[in-house]
Amino acid sequence: MEPIITHTGTGVPLKQSNVDTDQIIPAVFLKRITKTGFEDALFYAWRKNPDFVLNQEAYKGATVLVAGPDFGTGSSREHAVWALKDYGFKVVISSRFADIFYGNSAKQGLVAAKVAQPDVELIWKELEKDPTTEITVNLESRTVRCGSVDTSFDLDNYTRWRLMEGLDDISLTLRQDEAIGAYEAARLRLKPKTLPAKV
Amino acid sequence: MVEIASDKPLTLAEKVWRDHVVVRGEDKDGQRSPDLLYIDLHLVHEVTSPQAFEGLRLAGRPVRRPDLTIATEDHNTPTLEIDKPIADPVSRIQVDTLRANCEEFGIRLHSLGDANQGIVHVVGPQLGLTQPGMTVVCGDSHTSTHGAFGSLAMGIGTSEVEHVLATQTLSLKPFKTMAVTVNGTLQPGVSSKDIILAVIAKIGTGGGQGYVLEYRGTAVEQLSMEARMTICNMSIEAGARAGMVGPDETTFEYVKGRPHAPTGEDWDAAVQYWRSLRTEDGAEFDAEVTIDADTLEPFVTWGTNPGQGVGLNESVPQPTDFDDPVDRESAERALQYMGLEPGTPMKDIRVDTVFLGSCTNSRLEDLRLAAEIIKGRQKDPQVRMIVVPGSAQVRLEAEAEGLDRVFKDFGAEWRFAGCSMCLGMNPDQLAPGERCASTSNRNFEGRQGKGGLTHLVSPVVAAATAIRGTLSAPSDVLLPEPAPA
Repeated sequence: MEPIITHTGTGVPLKQSNVDTDQIIPAVFLKRITKTGFEDALFYAWRKNPDFVLNQEAYKGATVLVAGPDFGTGSSREHAVWALKDYGFKVVISSRFADIFYGNSAKQGLVAAKVAQPDVELIWKELEKDPTTEITVNLESRTVRCGSVDTSFDLDNYTRWRLMEGLDDISLTLRQDEAIGAYEAARLRLKPKTLPAKV
Repeated sequence: MVEIASDKPLTLAEKVWRDHVVVRGEDKDGQRSPDLLYIDLHLVHEVTSPQAFEGLRLAGRPVRRPDLTIATEDHNTPTLEIDKPIADPVSRIQVDTLRANCEEFGIRLHSLGDANQGIVHVVGPQLGLTQPGMTVVCGDSHTSTHGAFGSLAMGIGTSEVEHVLATQTLSLKPFKTMAVTVNGTLQPGVSSKDIILAVIAKIGTGGGQGYVLEYRGTAVEQLSMEARMTICNMSIEAGARAGMVGPDETTFEYVKGRPHAPTGEDWDAAVQYWRSLRTEDGAEFDAEVTIDADTLEPFVTWGTNPGQGVGLNESVPQPTDFDDPVDRESAERALQYMGLEPGTPMKDIRVDTVFLGSCTNSRLEDLRLAAEIIKGRQKDPQVRMIVVPGSAQVRLEAEAEGLDRVFKDFGAEWRFAGCSMCLGMNPDQLAPGERCASTSNRNFEGRQGKGGLTHLVSPVVAAATAIRGTLSAPSDVLLPEPAPA
């Protein structure tokens, strides 16, 4: 995973709440067995509408998605994060993220920045006034700047550290191999096992 | 739930958490890094696992505990002609990939055609692998279902699936706890699906974010295990990471005698441990919500998220009923998508299809309750009804009781097990504009098929709706139909 300290790019105002992961990527695209190539699947149904914000020429090439509250609700599909990344998004801004989506983003190096809704609305205004306005998201200072908007965002220390260092979770956990072994040795004998199979 | 002091009365969730900490997080700058938790059971299916196995292969890592891992085929599987190769080549490749991965990594798999194939959240409890006090994960948000046994059960993403396969642990930030107390007794025709739809309508799709919900109170204590599973299943629709019910005699009775349940002395020791898990008197929850079961009526959704629901006797709301501008905008958009006029009585809404199935409502009890209502009646001729048992085992048990005959005589289609029309990854999909009363869990735009319109309901409401053709309560069909002239 590539470390991210700061990102600057243009943004897309997605003025909707409850953008669920079925909208981000419909289930029909989950049949693939690869982790890449999902850019065309992103917001598949909505992109059929020529007026949809992602189809507007002015917002082409944007790397920051600025959405309404409760972004990423529903299904646990990590494909939602892969699709956003494949399309080119580096950062999603919303006042509230669904827990699983939030966790999945951190694993994949997509910054999910929690910004208060009044500030999200101010950013929407800036982006509608001038789509070329750049947004700068700084993990070091936990700040978001966009035109006249200068605000902070919420990101816990641990996730921020992992994003800034670009660390891989499994390698980190495997450093605890001894502790895992010790837990297993002391674990309740009564817990069920799947093998050998009993039916 | 951040600090777990031993002298403080604990909640169920805190106890299960405490018993699974491998490495405690460190406190730094007033914040705590995640705890490393041990995972007792990892459920795997074909959709969210291929990239995880590929990750293991690339890193040369084995599966740490194949004996705590089990896989089944459910999302892509057809519900007709299951003896033939899967028609959609992309679906077939995904299922074949799961089979190859399970073979390579030594994981037990229940394939299409096997008596224990079926929806992953139906299969775990059915085999007795889901037991109280466990940590259960799966790359599927409805893993919360298993919380009905008093286990801490969570949906995870594919990166976490790979993490659990490699380490049998998960890094987790401690959750807050919320008590959802359901007082009173459910009236006839009202079921656990109505409880959870009412909870979500009350706290909203984001109301549970960061929380583990514990369902308690007299109405929950009176529920069967399968009804409790329905409630815990939809905890995720309130944004919660997990939902739980304290284990009691109903739980023990359900687990007892299942293939992987403890036996003999082990059974007694297990029950003793399970009894110790209940939330102690005086334990504090971070938030509390109360629902009155006595006045609860059958619930139905009108919009495009599970929080957009009303009582079946109510009408489609006006967007102006919502004070919050975000909710108002969301209602306007949902009504436009659903093609509904504000003020229309919910019971006037005509449906094209009734779907009885999904990890929410496809267990034997769900099928029995629906069959009881339709028995000896005829389906509205314009409605198609599809019944999809949750597992091959549920299908066999239902057939042994003659439920298949009841559904077929009624005019419904009796299918093979799988996720089916809940998310339409197989051929079971709604056509654009097709309106469905569905016992599944999500009414998102296009979830059941592009342009499909979903109303979430309980199995008994689904059954009554199939008889009348319009959204209906069981009480609407209780009177005998007039004899044909």
